[in-house]
Amino acid sequence: MNVMSKQTNSALSVDRLVKTFDVSAPWLNRVVERKPRQYLQAVNDISFEVPRGGCLSLVGESGCGKSTVARLVTGLYRPNSGDISFALDKDGEPLSAQMIFQDPYASLNPRWRVKNIIAEPIRELKLRNSAAEVSERVVELLKTVGLSASDGEKFPHEFSGGQRQRISIARALASEPRFLVCDEPTSALDVSVQAQVLNLMRRLQDEFGLTYLFISHDMSVVRHMSDRIAVMYLGRIVEDGETEELFARPRHPYTQLLLQTIPNIDNPNRDREVAGGEVPSPLKPPSGCPFHPRCPIATAQCSSELPAVRTLASGTRVACHLVGDE
Amino acid sequence: MAEAENAVLEVRNLKVEFPGRRGIATALSDVSLSIRPGEILGVVGESGAGKSMTGLAVLGLLERPGRIAGGEIWLADRRIDQLNDREMEKIRGREIGAIFQDPLTSLNPLFTVGAQLTETIRLHLGMNKAEATARAISLLKDVGIPSPEERINQYPHQFSGGMRQRVVIALALAASPKLIIADEPTTALDVSIQAQITSLLRKLCKEKQTAVMLVTHDMGVIAETADRIAVMYAGRLVEIGLVEQVLHAPQHPYTRGLMASIPALGARVERLNQIDGSMPRLDAIPEGCAFGPRCKQAGPRCRRERPNLLPAGSGASACWINAGGTA
Repeated sequence: MNVMSKQTNSALSVDRLVKTFDVSAPWLNRVVERKPRQYLQAVNDISFEVPRGGCLSLVGESGCGKSTVARLVTGLYRPNSGDISFALDKDGEPLSAQMIFQDPYASLNPRWRVKNIIAEPIRELKLRNSAAEVSERVVELLKTVGLSASDGEKFPHEFSGGQRQRISIARALASEPRFLVCDEPTSALDVSVQAQVLNLMRRLQDEFGLTYLFISHDMSVVRHMSDRIAVMYLGRIVEDGETEELFARPRHPYTQLLLQTIPNIDNPNRDREVAGGEVPSPLKPPSGCPFHPRCPIATAQCSSELPAVRTLASGTRVACHLVGDE
Repeated sequence: MAEAENAVLEVRNLKVEFPGRRGIATALSDVSLSIRPGEILGVVGESGAGKSMTGLAVLGLLERPGRIAGGEIWLADRRIDQLNDREMEKIRGREIGAIFQDPLTSLNPLFTVGAQLTETIRLHLGMNKAEATARAISLLKDVGIPSPEERINQYPHQFSGGMRQRVVIALALAASPKLIIADEPTTALDVSIQAQITSLLRKLCKEKQTAVMLVTHDMGVIAETADRIAVMYAGRLVEIGLVEQVLHAPQHPYTRGLMASIPALGARVERLNQIDGSMPRLDAIPEGCAFGPRCKQAGPRCRRERPNLLPAGSGASACWINAGGTA
């Protein structure tokens, strides 16, 4: 087995992860209305690896399970089955992970001063001994993310969206993590501010050797940030490959659809006919390949048999019956 | 203005103010634009730039204490900024349709889609029930809802996000208005659905010769949908012009910075171009050009005098540098 060598190359490896939510009606309703228990397969048999110091992005439409993966990785949810293993750091401990959330308005306590928001993880984890050392560290963190020391005295409402996201990043960095899970960190921000935050995240990655698991639905942001991209559809990864390879030669029909529908500023496609169809409900996923009802090339096999994940010569992994090495 | 002839909507020097405890915040100042039949004008800008406010002012839906403090709004040959609430109610829905961001909140969850459509049709077009139902079904067919005869009796929660937004578009089109204000119509939707909705909106607007004001922060949506673009910053228009020009040869330094900060799909760069700083708060807009403090090319004149929209390229830009003078 090459388990050891695998662990040294990748910061995080996730193996056959499954998460099911119980979304049944309350007990009495089930008895009276004779409703069965109902389960939602949010994440279904997902495996991926994040290279050390790199960035893997999970992309997909709402409800495909990308945020659930983020929460599983950070331990906010417990998986039903499967393994999540972080590589070992120099000190023999597993890499520590932190999370940056989407909405910088909801993720900061409005009643706390910024310095206390950032100091909380330092105090909780007892990373510094004295109060003076804690505030010194807070100032250092504020400067790292491009804010000034005096900003620590202010409250979150005094900052704009982009600045709040900087505060969230400073808080995430406070516990000196090696791994950051970023769940749509810029989708609540304006483009010009988004550029500031993305540049900051890139700089921090180089400075601190961070590894990112990046979650987004914006393909242009994903292309800018990531080394590898995994495309999710209804709780499964349908394609997973190097960024440039995936953009140049998308193999899975869903990836192709996703790339076609991105509005392109350089080359606007004004009179296109958009392939129809919508994401089916994850409560009643289609049989066989989950994408077959929307797939332009689906065959009878696709509606009955779940395609296995295959690794192509280019290193891309794809789950489709009809895609093979050319 | 020469282009004002036969414009559906014409806004002249519009000013909107919000009086507050700490003084008056000027949300919009000196905004002038016009839209012709069948034309889609994209209005872009960052949050708080005043793009939604422009749409709300035209609809007469400014929230109090906000008020129109100056300027005129003309809908075809009629001035509508001074009308009272009752008169505006007759215009909204009949002559101006609206599509808002969240399709779940713009539909009433307690009524079927059909009931909401026929109510609007009967109110504005004075049809009887059978005629209105027939029209509702044909509208749902126009917006691409499969088997409309059955769907018409369903409630909003039985529709998916994209289908709900199609219903909202049908509702906006119900009385064949001259103008549609679409405020971030695709922001709540996934990309693959977003593409369906924008192409639908474009197709219907061209077919029915409806003028559309498309308010969004997404340059990609604008690039694929609009005919002309108006760029707003701190409550003012900074640039207006044809799509090709504003996207590919932007005149104003803010538009240039904005375009450069969008991660490109074509080439990958190490570092994105960023505009440092952030937009000023509306109660603290600096003297001179509002973009001046963030502008790399700003000179002494930019700090003293506020530039007006002046012809630049095929459009207009509010910048002293474009005016040919010195900053």
